[in-house]
Order: sequence, then structure tokens, then C-alpha cells
Amino acid sequence: MAKRVGMEVALAVAEAVGQCNIDMAAVYPITPQSHIGEHLSDLVADGKIDAEFVTVESEHSAISAIIGASGTGARVYTATSSQGLMLMHEILPIASAMRLPLVMGIANRAVSGPLNILNDHSDIMPQRDCGWISLFVENGQEAIDLSIQSFKIAEHKDVNLPICVNIDGFQLTHMVEPVEFPDQELVNKFLPPRESFATLHPSKPVTMGAFAMSDYFTEILKAKNEALKSSKKIILEVWEEWAKMFGRTYKPVETYKADDAELLVLTMGSMGETAEMAIDELQAQGASVGLVKLRLWRPFPFAEIKEVLMKAKRVLVTDRAVSFGGPGGPVCGEVKAALYNESHKPVIYSSIIGLGGRDVTVADFTGMINRVIKGEANVDTYEFWGVRE
Amino acid sequence: MSKKVFSRPRSLKEAVFHYCPGCGHSIAHRLVAEVIDELDIRSRVIGIPPAGCAVLAYNYFDVDMIEAQHGRGPATATGIKRARPDSIVFSYQGDGDLAAIGIAESLHAANRGENITVIFINNACYGMTGGQMAPTTMLQQRTTTTPSGRNNILDGYPVKVSEIFSRLPGVTYLERVTVNSPAGVNKTKKAIKKAFRCQIDGLGFSLIEILSPCPTNWKLSPVDSCKWIDDVMSKEFPLGVFKDNTGAGKKTGEAAP
Repeated sequence: MAKRVGMEVALAVAEAVGQCNIDMAAVYPITPQSHIGEHLSDLVADGKIDAEFVTVESEHSAISAIIGASGTGARVYTATSSQGLMLMHEILPIASAMRLPLVMGIANRAVSGPLNILNDHSDIMPQRDCGWISLFVENGQEAIDLSIQSFKIAEHKDVNLPICVNIDGFQLTHMVEPVEFPDQELVNKFLPPRESFATLHPSKPVTMGAFAMSDYFTEILKAKNEALKSSKKIILEVWEEWAKMFGRTYKPVETYKADDAELLVLTMGSMGETAEMAIDELQAQGASVGLVKLRLWRPFPFAEIKEVLMKAKRVLVTDRAVSFGGPGGPVCGEVKAALYNESHKPVIYSSIIGLGGRDVTVADFTGMINRVIKGEANVDTYEFWGVRE
Repeated sequence: MSKKVFSRPRSLKEAVFHYCPGCGHSIAHRLVAEVIDELDIRSRVIGIPPAGCAVLAYNYFDVDMIEAQHGRGPATATGIKRARPDSIVFSYQGDGDLAAIGIAESLHAANRGENITVIFINNACYGMTGGQMAPTTMLQQRTTTTPSGRNNILDGYPVKVSEIFSRLPGVTYLERVTVNSPAGVNKTKKAIKKAFRCQIDGLGFSLIEILSPCPTNWKLSPVDSCKWIDDVMSKEFPLGVFKDNTGAGKKTGEAAP
């Protein structure tokens, strides 16, 4: 049994990545990600991991550098946040088109403007369609587990796609939480060295990132889409293996006291644990409410989300980002799309909450839920919960 | 009746600086504000704060300010100056902003000879994010991403912005100064004034590199930080005028008509 320790989550993520036998990390510091990069540089300098740590001059170079390294067959990692992720944006779809298994930690933070360094999901949402696998964690232990699993998922021969682990900035990255690290020998067994199907090596020349005009472009994009969609099978296999080896289970869509609930609340990321407390409180008062937590953002788990949500009469989707001029929060838009063709589907309400680090409390959840229960929430639009007007 | 001989520059707001004790930003801010007052250009000045410790500079300067994204100050300054040639535009940047993530924008604005002024604060690390290695970090200097000290094989060499930029024909005036002593502060003020004068006279790109103490991230006292600039930093980054073409008058176009 692994020992439980108290550790800042950002450091724990770096420790977990350090357990994965990486060959190279390239990181540019940005709040609230910086401690991940700093601690990785410590691990390298202390000789605890045998890897290159490159102090690149920008995030654009960080992602480009690990593309180069990954192209040679190396196991690579980077981490970023907010504007750093936005600066990487140009490169993200290229990494997935090249089918390179990059692993990236994202300390989710609001995007400018106005400039803000605190948590929400507006940095990852614009990256939604870049062809990356995208996972969300709720606490420090999940951040460790998913960071390790990510290498196995990304590098699987049937996947070969980049992957990002979303870790709410400050709310998670800067919390000291009780965590346990998996035994190193078991990690080695779980995660053998990377076997790449094509690498940059003079003995067997390949071209990565080749030009493609209208004659092949659509086929290549469809192939990428198929790869991303079918990665779910591998993700499920990896989670099953993880559960067997380490005893902790993961699912694309998780539930909390959701059985037979008439109203389901949906969260993504660290808000889930706060919402659990609100569900406890409301169930004790006799309300028929439950919680659904989305872990797998891409590929979107259509079947799993339908299975869970179709049992409810009403669903309240919370979003930590705004899709300006769109149908509501980005998560809500996906949920609505998933259920659209179903008959007898639940009524869906949309609430945008916790932007730019605004605290999300148990009272916020009970307040939002009670508004839906009392019929006061407007189903025709979405609301910015708690906004001053 | 006593005479008032010292007061807050009109171009500085009644705000308390958030900077750490011993930081050079407060001095540099004050000097820029004094120069704006003395040149009587406050109504024409538009400033650009960076990402970095000086991100909140708009809380202090009582002039128009527009925040640029990390490193993009000189590109934004270019747009302002081209659209409003009567304005006096300065970009205030740290070494992460200017010499790392934004070196392309900085170098190309200089190369085009944009008639703008760049105030460049070199403190040999990324200050705001927690003292990580910057391009300007000394060899062997310990930072939070070079815990064993900067290693030239792994991390390269200190980037000498003044030396590199002074080679560009587009640059008109470029000086490296420091604010670690009263004499240095006076010299810095003169350099800043000359840089703004260069722009007012339409002579082209000016950049003042200021070696600036960072006691918090250097893990030194403010006094020792000033000494470190003398003993270590200014050995790698020698002070002085690297380029002064202000006497040559306005540039003339060389393109074919």
C-alpha cells in the first residue's frame, strides 16, 4: 500500500510525470502552472530523472520543441496555462495531425481580457477542436493518476494522439492535498517504454507534417477524427487496467447519488466536490437531485452522457467558460447536441459560473438548483450565475 | 515660507507601488514620469505595460495606457505611432517580455526603426512568475528552473540585448544604465530623457536597458542586490552608450520612388 503524503498538487503532478520515464520536458513558466515546471527542473537537476529539461523562450517554442522530440520517438511532457495555451494554439492541431503522443498538463486559468490569473475553463475551450484527447480532474489524486495514464493512452499504437490533463489553476494546483504515489515498479509495469510506429531517423526516412491539398486533406482530417473517436476504447481499457493495478476507478462520465434523481446537475473539474456537498444537503431536505461529473471532454462521451442524463426530467449544466454569442456554455452546447435526437429527453438549463476565479460555494449550487426546482430558471437562455448587473 | 523642492511627478498617480522592497521598477517608473513632466508631453504620451511585474504600470502612470500581450509591446506601439504620429509612445518591458517571448516583435520594431521608445528592465530573471531563468540570467546563477545554476550547455548564454540591437541600422539611440546608486539613477534619467527627446524629434527607435535589482528572486538584501549589479551583472552587461545617431538628423527614405 502506497504511503499517503500531503503535497501541493502542482508538485505532485511533476512528481507523477517524473515517475513516467520521460525523455524530455520543455516548459515556459506561467502562473499558475509554474510550479510544475520548476519542480520538474528540480527532479532533473537532482538526478532523480534522466531527462532533458529545456528552458525555452515561449510556449510556442515549448510545444514545438516537444513535437520535435516526440518525432524522434522520445516520451515528452509540457505544461502551461491560459495565455500560454492560447499561444500554443497554432501548433495544437498540427501535433494531432502528426499523430504525436504529447502529454500536456494544463493549469486552467481565465483568458485575457481583462487580464486575470485565476481559474476558469476559458483557456481549454478554444482548443476543443484541435484533435487532442482532453481529460478533467477533480482533485490532486486524480491529477497524479491521469497524468501517468495519459502517457499510456497517448502512446498506445491505436491512438497516437496528443493528450491534455486539465487541472483547475489555484483551486487544485496550489492546494496541499493528501495524495499517494503509485509504487514505481508498478508504474514501470503499467507504462513500458514508448514504442513509436514512425520516427525521425535517417535509417528509415519519414516525412512528418507534409503538405496536403484538396485531394487528400479531407481524408486526413477524417482519419484524425476517427482516431480521436476510437481512442475512447483505449481510454476505457487503460482505466480498467489502472483500476486492477492501483484500485482507483475512472469513467468518462461519473455520478454521485444520481440514481433515480429527477434533477441532475452536471459539473466538470474541481467544482464536483463542492457540488457533492450541495447534493447531500438538498437530498437531506428531500429534494430529488443528483450529480453528474464529466471527466472526458474529448472525445466527447455521447453514449455515456445519454445513458446517465436520459433518466432525469431536468438537467442543469454548469460551465466555467462562455461561448460568446453561442447557445450557452460550451459544455451545455455539447450536452444539448448529445440529446437532441432523443425523444422524451430532459429539459436542459444552463448556468455559467466561477469565471476568473470567482468562488463557487455550496450555497451557489443549492441556489442554482433551487431556482430550477422552483421553476424560476429560464430554459430559453442561459444565465451568468451571481453576476452583478 | 518654505519652498517646495520635491514632489510627486504629475504623471504618476497617487498610488502606492506594489513592487517588492528594493525593486528597481519603482525608481524607473518615477524617472519616466519625471521625464514626461519635464518634456511637457503628458498630453501626448501613450504607454504600453508588459506582462510581468510591471503589468499594473497603468495603476501608476497618469497617461493613456494600453496593455499588450506578453512580448507584443513594440508591435502594439508600432500601430499606435503609425496611426497617431503626434503621440509619444513608450513600451515598458521586462527581460522575459522583451528578450524571450517577445524578442521577434522587439527586434523587428527596432529593425524597422519605428519612432518609439522602449524602456527595458533587465533583472536577470522572470520576476513575477517566481524567479525562473530568463534569457538574461547570468551563467551559474541559480533560479527556480536552473536550481544548479545556469549552464551554458543546457541553457545557453545571457542574451545581450543592447549589444544585439545596437547592430541594427534601424536603431537610433541605445544605452544601458542601472538604478543601483544615486549616480546611476541620475544617469538613467538622462538616458530616458534623451530617448524620449529622440522620439519627439522624429529621429527613430530608442531603447534604454536598465539593470534593475530584484532582491526577492536573487535572495539578496536590497543593498547586496545593488552591489551584485556592480560586482557581477554589469560585468556581463557593461554600462554605456551602445549607439547614438541622434546627431545625424532625421532618416531619409532609401527606397526607389
